[in-house]
Amino acid sequence: MIEIGLGHYLTLGAIVFFLGVIGIFLNRKNVIVILMSIELILLAVNINLVSFSIYSNDILGQIFTMLILTVAAAEAAIGLAIIVIFYRNKGSIRVEDIHGMRG
Amino acid sequence: MAYAILFLPLFGSIFGYFGRSIGVKFSEIITSFFISIAAILSLVVFYKGISLGIYSNYIIFEWINSGRFIANWSINIDPLSSVMIVVVTFVSALVHIYSIGYMSHDPHKPRFMSYLSLFTFSMLALVVSDNFLQLFFGWEGVGLCSYLLIGFWYKKETANNAAIKAFVVNRVGDFGLAIGIFLIFFHFGTINFNEIFQAAPQYLDKKISLLGMEGNLITFICLFLFIGAMGKSAQFLLHTWLPDAMEGPTPVSALIHAATMVTAGVFLVVKCSPLFEYSQVALNVVAITGMITALFAASVALVQNDIKKIIAYSTCSQLGYMFFAAGVGAYHVAMFHLFTHAFFKALLFLGAGSVIHAFDDEQDIRKMGNVWKKLPYTYVLMLVGTLALTGFPFLSGFYSKDAIIEFAFFRNSNVGNYAMVVGIFTAFLTAIYSWRLFFKTFHGSYNNENLPIEKIHDSPFVMLLPLFLLAIGAIFSGFVFKEIFIGHNSVDFWGKSIFFLKEIKHEHVPFWLLITTPILVIIAIPISYYYFINNTKILVEFKKTNLPLFNFLINKWYIDELYDVIFVNPLKKIGLFLWKKGDQNTIDRFGPDGVSKMIKFISSKAVKFQTGYIYDYAFVMLIGLSALITFLILN
Repeated sequence: MIEIGLGHYLTLGAIVFFLGVIGIFLNRKNVIVILMSIELILLAVNINLVSFSIYSNDILGQIFTMLILTVAAAEAAIGLAIIVIFYRNKGSIRVEDIHGMRG
Repeated sequence: MAYAILFLPLFGSIFGYFGRSIGVKFSEIITSFFISIAAILSLVVFYKGISLGIYSNYIIFEWINSGRFIANWSINIDPLSSVMIVVVTFVSALVHIYSIGYMSHDPHKPRFMSYLSLFTFSMLALVVSDNFLQLFFGWEGVGLCSYLLIGFWYKKETANNAAIKAFVVNRVGDFGLAIGIFLIFFHFGTINFNEIFQAAPQYLDKKISLLGMEGNLITFICLFLFIGAMGKSAQFLLHTWLPDAMEGPTPVSALIHAATMVTAGVFLVVKCSPLFEYSQVALNVVAITGMITALFAASVALVQNDIKKIIAYSTCSQLGYMFFAAGVGAYHVAMFHLFTHAFFKALLFLGAGSVIHAFDDEQDIRKMGNVWKKLPYTYVLMLVGTLALTGFPFLSGFYSKDAIIEFAFFRNSNVGNYAMVVGIFTAFLTAIYSWRLFFKTFHGSYNNENLPIEKIHDSPFVMLLPLFLLAIGAIFSGFVFKEIFIGHNSVDFWGKSIFFLKEIKHEHVPFWLLITTPILVIIAIPISYYYFINNTKILVEFKKTNLPLFNFLINKWYIDELYDVIFVNPLKKIGLFLWKKGDQNTIDRFGPDGVSKMIKFISSKAVKFQTGYIYDYAFVMLIGLSALITFLILN
């Protein structure tokens, strides 16, 4: 049995973070996937925070994680609401169709 | 009173221009009224000068005071300027009144009247100045007004071209005048007439070198001043603008191009007589230029067909008379001829305007004829003008022109004798072309197909009244003012305003000289009638056998063509080259146009960078962030 230490948690966090980042870039279909990827990035950060909090025996990190989770939930709600409105207006949430900022 | 004379025309011009919102009539009346008052006041000033000898210099205010350079706005009333004031305001007032009738169908009358008044103001500022700077101001002012008035019918392309030509040719002369003034200030340290004239004798032997030429200072100054005078007075080589200037309305021709502005050059030479007297070279140049102009213009006038151009060349020729009078040292006679010429030439021009008006804007004398019964008043008035111009005995031109020839004779020098011969011969030519104009216009057969003869009618009273007044001047001005201007006591009258180094003695005139000119002038009348009306076939034959001579004359000695070859075309080519190659292909291409094109190109590329997809932006942000963090960590 190997000892599960700080390194493993940080590795997990990094893997989840890059999954999220790659999810944003590789996804060309659905805006909701982008939203989910962002959520993954946040979670990766949370994992890091909790790991460091336990490692350094400081409760502050875990409190901060709870705060981030709350905010992330609210943010997800807002994001979904925007997508709903966008769908009503444009009739599509395909990523290719969202190019209002093109020069 | 002097202030009123100078500024009434200016106020008239301003009120006349802005008065158009009140009404056309208001503009006409206010400008004519103001000028008329100025004319009456000028007569008072003139009379006071003659009878009481009241002359003074009113300084309006100091204009420029910088170190040694002092220039005042001033009204300098001396015998010379008082004569000019009378001529300018009197002719101007009559032309204003005449214009009310002549321009009655023109939609821009207020502008016209305003320009006329502005011109009068500039001309007065020129003649009353006591320094060269104010003179230059007036000089340029009249040039500007001349430009505006020649191009008054701005929709006519020929008028615009003529206006530009007049302006450009005058620039050549003005350049000479400006250099003359610079030289004066550089060496004398002042531009005030009196101070210069007092200091002049100290500079007699001063030599200067200019463009590698060594020469006498006074001679150089005089020659440059004379170049200015040549431009303004349309002397040979700088005369080309005057005939073209006839594109302007006829009252303009009468006021500016006959009586006043073109005499500014003569005025300048006479005014600077204290300088010219010390330079025999400059005087000879003046005299010779005058002779050439007189002869040249008279010969060209013989064959022209435009009624106004004939009179324009005649003006040119008479100005030549004035210059050679000044050149032989008879400045007072030059002024006397200027004075009488103003009357009869304005009369001729306004009379020609009346004829043109009657013929519905037809100016070609070949299309006139046999209308003397239809235009009785104009006929008589033109007759007076023609007689006076040709120097018919006892009319004004007789006194002044014969005086010029006599004084040239008394000069007793080579130049003087040449001037006398040229003067007599030109007088004969003058008579021929004047009578040709007169007979072809009023006698012979009626040749106009566009206008039935029944429709010809004489001009309205408002146009004839100025003609009557001018005719009175043309008849009597020579007889009445002869003693004052050129008589035995004339030196007292002119006082300090004209300087004679050695006075030409006006002795007893030899009988043959006394009668030569009048006889030639009188026999010219039947000759002209015979050749131009009775027996035109001889002339046609003559024209055929002497075609080169005829072409030479009708093309005005090919001066315009010569200028085209020497100046205009090369300049046009250089201009075109600089415009197309220099400006468009070099400066614009690599300057503004190049930069704007490059920016357009770069931005069109940069625009592609903005895909509009969120993930691209996010990617860039991530890369940027990573790069930044990496950079910070490594440091």
